[in-house]
Amino acid sequence: MSDQSPIAALPEIEALKRAVAGKSYWRRVGEQLLRDRLTLSVMLLLSVIIIMVLAAPLFATHDPTVGSVLKRLKSPGYPGHWLGTDEVGRDLWSRILYGGRYSLLCGVLPVLLALLIGGALGLSAGYFGGITNSIIMRSMDVLYAFPSILLAVAICGMLGSGIGNTILALTITFIPPLVRISETVTTQVRAFEFVEAARASGARPLSIMHFHILNNVLGPILVYATSLISISIILAAGLSFLGLGVTPPDTEWGLMLNNLRQAIWVNPLVAALPGAMIFITSMCFNLMSDGLRGAMDVRM
Amino acid sequence: MWFFLARRVLYAIPILLGVSLVVFLLMKMVPGDAADIMIPPEAPKEVAEMIRARFGLDQPVHIQYVRWLQSMATGNFGTSIFTNQPVGSELFSALSNTFLIAIPAVFVGFTCGVLLGTLAAFNSGTWLDKLFSSMAIAGVSLPHYWVGMVLVAIFAVAFNVLPGQGMGPEGFPGSWDQIKHLVLPVVTLSLIPMGVISRLVRANVLEILSMEFVTALAAKGLRRRDVLLHIMKNAAPSALALMGLQFGYLLGGSILVETVFNWPGSGSLLNLAIFRRDIPVLSATILVLATIFVAINILVDVLQALIDPRIRR
Repeated sequence: MSDQSPIAALPEIEALKRAVAGKSYWRRVGEQLLRDRLTLSVMLLLSVIIIMVLAAPLFATHDPTVGSVLKRLKSPGYPGHWLGTDEVGRDLWSRILYGGRYSLLCGVLPVLLALLIGGALGLSAGYFGGITNSIIMRSMDVLYAFPSILLAVAICGMLGSGIGNTILALTITFIPPLVRISETVTTQVRAFEFVEAARASGARPLSIMHFHILNNVLGPILVYATSLISISIILAAGLSFLGLGVTPPDTEWGLMLNNLRQAIWVNPLVAALPGAMIFITSMCFNLMSDGLRGAMDVRM
Repeated sequence: MWFFLARRVLYAIPILLGVSLVVFLLMKMVPGDAADIMIPPEAPKEVAEMIRARFGLDQPVHIQYVRWLQSMATGNFGTSIFTNQPVGSELFSALSNTFLIAIPAVFVGFTCGVLLGTLAAFNSGTWLDKLFSSMAIAGVSLPHYWVGMVLVAIFAVAFNVLPGQGMGPEGFPGSWDQIKHLVLPVVTLSLIPMGVISRLVRANVLEILSMEFVTALAAKGLRRRDVLLHIMKNAAPSALALMGLQFGYLLGGSILVETVFNWPGSGSLLNLAIFRRDIPVLSATILVLATIFVAINILVDVLQALIDPRIRR
C-alpha cells in the first residue's frame, strides 16, 4: 500500500476504477486474498486444524480419557503414542485433538455471539446517535473499566466453572470492544452523502442500515473480530488453565497445560505441547486478521 | 487544562458506580450467599437467621447494595469468611506484590515495543521489518502463561540459573536474590505489551513518515535525529495511551502469570478466593483492581492532553 501515489489513494478514484472494471468489493477482496500467499497458507493450516479437531474420533489413536500408569509422561516418539503421553499416561495426540474441540468452541463462539450482540448495539448507537448512543456507549464504558481478563475471571469465578459460564463470560468480555468499533465505523459511514440521499428518498432506518451501512461497516468489524478470536482462544484456555473453564473428564488445551504444569520438571517437551497448539491457533487467527485487513484495505 | 482534568475525574464517578453495581450483581448471582458457605447445613434455623442478620443478608437487595458500597467507599473491605482476617490488609500486600512485577514489565514492554516498532517502520519492507513485525505478531499471539512455563523449563529446570517459583526471601526488597526472582515473571508479563505497542508504533510512525511535514523538515536541512524527535512527538500520545491500558491489563492479567510462578500477588489472591468461595475477598479484589484501572485511564488521558493540546476540547 505504501507504493501507491497520493492520487490513486483517493477513494473516489478507487471507486471509479472499480466501477469501470465492473468488480464488486467482495470479489476484489477475494482476489487480493488469493494473491496473498501467507494468508492463504495460514487459512489452509487453520482449516486442517479445524477439520482434524472436528473429526477427532477419526484421527485419534486412543481413547482420550483412558490412561495407563505404566506409561506416564513418555516423550514424543514413544511406540504407540507418537506424541507421547500425559501425567496419567493418556495419549497426548488424542487428547490434543479432543481438547481442541473445546478450545476452538470457546474461542470462536463467544466472538460470534459478541459480534451479533455488540454489532447490533454498536450499529444502533452509531446510526441513531443522541440519547440511544449515550445510553449504549456509557454502559459499555462501565464494562470497559474492567481489564478483559479480570472481567472474564470475575464472571467465571462468581458463577462457577463450566463450559457454559466460560462462553458467557467471554461473550460479555468481547461485547464492549465490538460495540465500540462498530459504533465508530457506523458514525463514519453515516456521514457519507449516499446515506443522506437514501434518507431523503424516504428509506426507513432499518433498510438504510441493512443496505447502506451494514455493507460498508462489515469489513472493519470482521477484521477486528478475527483478531479477537485469537485473544479469545488464549483467554478461554487461560480460564481453563486457572480451573475456571472446561472441567474434567472433558479436556481442553488450557486444562491440559494446567494438568501438565508439574510435569515441566520431568518432561518439559510434553508439558509444552498443548501450549504450542494454543499459540499456533491463536497466531493463525491473528495472521488471518492481518491478511483480511490488507485485502479489505481497512485502516484502524 | 484544569477544566479537562475536572471533567475527566467527574466522569469517573458514574463509571465507578456502574462498576460497583456490576460487581455487586455478580456477587448476588453466586449460587447461594456468603452465609450458605459459612453455615453448616445441619445448623439450626435460628443460628442461620442470626448470621444472615449479622451480615445484613436479610435486608432487601438495594439496601444491601448501598451498605456494601458505603463500606467499600470508606475503605472497609470486610472480613474474609475463610481466614477471618480483614480483607484490606491482605489485599494491599498482594497488590503491592503485583505492582512489583507489573510496573517493570510495562516499562520493559514499552521500551522494547517503541524501539522495535520505530526500527521496523524506518526500515519498512526490509528483512528487519519483517523480523520485528513477526516477533510482534508472535508477542500478541503467545499465551503468556505458557511462555512462563517454557521459561521456567529453560532457565529454572534445564540451566538452573534463575528461580522459577515464588518471590524469594522475605525482608527489604532489593537484594540480589529477590531481583533474580523478579526476572522470569517480568519478562513473561512484558511480552504482550511489547507486541501490542510495537505494532501500534510501527503503524503510527509509518503514517507520520508519509506526511508532508516530515519531508518539509528534511528539506529544511534538519538532522535525522531531530526529524526523529518530531516523529516521536507525534507518535507518543497514542503509544502512551496504549501503555496505560496495557498496564491495566497486566494488573488483571497477572492472575495467569502469578499462578505459573506462584507469585503472591492480587491474581493469586483472586484465584485463592475463587476456590475458597470467599466472596468478600473476591468482590473487594475485583472492585479495587477495576478502580485502579479507571484511575490509570484518567492518568493516561491527562498525560495525553499534556502532550497533545488538541485533545483538551
